[in-house]
Amino acid sequence: MTGVIYTETVVFAPPEQFAADAPYQLAIVTLEDGKRLTARISGDRVAIGDAVELAETRNNIPFFSKK
Amino acid sequence: MREVAVIGVGKTAFGAFADRDLRSLAVEAGLACLADAKVSPSKIEAFYLGNFAGPSFVGQNHLAPYIAGAMGVEHVPCTRFEAACASSGSAFFHAFSSVASGMYDLVLVGGVEKMTSQTTPKVTEILAGAGDMAGEGRAGATFPALFAMIARRHMHQFGTTREQLAAVAVKNHANGAKNPQAHMRKIITMEQALNGKPIADPLTVYDCSLVSDGAAAVLICPLERAYEFTSKPIRVRGIAQTSDHVALDEKDDITTFRAVKEAAQKAYKMAGVTAADIQFAELHDCFTIAEIVATEDLGFVEKGSGGPYVLEGKTCLRGERPINTSGGLKSKGHPVGATGVAQICDVVLQIRGDAGQRQIARHDLGLTQNLGGSGATAVVTILGAA
Repeated sequence: MTGVIYTETVVFAPPEQFAADAPYQLAIVTLEDGKRLTARISGDRVAIGDAVELAETRNNIPFFSKK
Repeated sequence: MREVAVIGVGKTAFGAFADRDLRSLAVEAGLACLADAKVSPSKIEAFYLGNFAGPSFVGQNHLAPYIAGAMGVEHVPCTRFEAACASSGSAFFHAFSSVASGMYDLVLVGGVEKMTSQTTPKVTEILAGAGDMAGEGRAGATFPALFAMIARRHMHQFGTTREQLAAVAVKNHANGAKNPQAHMRKIITMEQALNGKPIADPLTVYDCSLVSDGAAAVLICPLERAYEFTSKPIRVRGIAQTSDHVALDEKDDITTFRAVKEAAQKAYKMAGVTAADIQFAELHDCFTIAEIVATEDLGFVEKGSGGPYVLEGKTCLRGERPINTSGGLKSKGHPVGATGVAQICDVVLQIRGDAGQRQIARHDLGLTQNLGGSGATAVVTILGAA
């Protein structure tokens, strides 16, 4: 699955259950079919317009990485 | 449909009150409101309460009769409304409908939240429940993160800057410093606002509203009866509630709140006014970007011009259209379930000329905009001198 970053942020103040992950990058990805998905970013930080692909799904959370 | 007037207002101070429970706050605001209108609790025909997450924050459910009974409002319909941060705006909308329809004459509307007994990570988790927990919540989206992503996109499309975001915080703190009931009565500088602790890039702690305890209440009745209770009734000129998708990723364009635009157009039409006629407003600045987007969605400025509008000082206390003279959610505080009704209280005080040090010169026609979640609920209310 591939897509383009529509928007993103880096979360420094996480909810209780994600405390160990912070800071983490979160993004809304526009997929090839035009639908959008809220996902986590693994690896390098991404910016709006970057092409990304699904790297893995962990604990039901999709992780995308820079292509 | 009958015309409706606000005949009483009451608020607690907003803040972190370790020694106060939810009910005592709501009762204080309700009784202050009834005292303002000189109406006995026994005359109230229905009680509408806005509260977002009492069961999660303090473990208490069945809140409306729980609070009403303690005020002496008994044996009448008492109902809680939950619409995230627009809970009491929604309660007010439905209370308005019940009076306008002719069903009741005297209806009390309250809003309350008790948040500060939980830790910040727990508060963050409870607030995240106003989003789509199966989608964005699962991925680790907090409310600051959702609005940070709105800010990023707004900056990308319209060139909105960090300084423009910070200008909202600086202005609202300057106003809140003049409000004796505000949570954080502290003036902040642009430099401080730009160098706050990061919460979710590009938002820092100074871009985020406060976690507060507090309550507010208003009393409404048909306009034709208003002068029985007050010499200064405030007329509800227009009101609308609308909705949109809960998840941010299901919205076509996240730089605008479609529900706010639609509620505003309906409310303007009902009031027979345009955006240009609105002299001042209390807007839902849960995050600095939210106030900027609201000024655009309400039609105060063109799309994308909300940033320059605030940075140029047009919305400060002595500007052409003062926004958040109370200090807004940023400085006055944001006990989420109380916010919608508190905004109405603050506009009523301005129209009456009772806003003290923060009183503005042109104060005949004001607007409130109350937002739930990342735009899934919007309530816009236009209030004017009777």
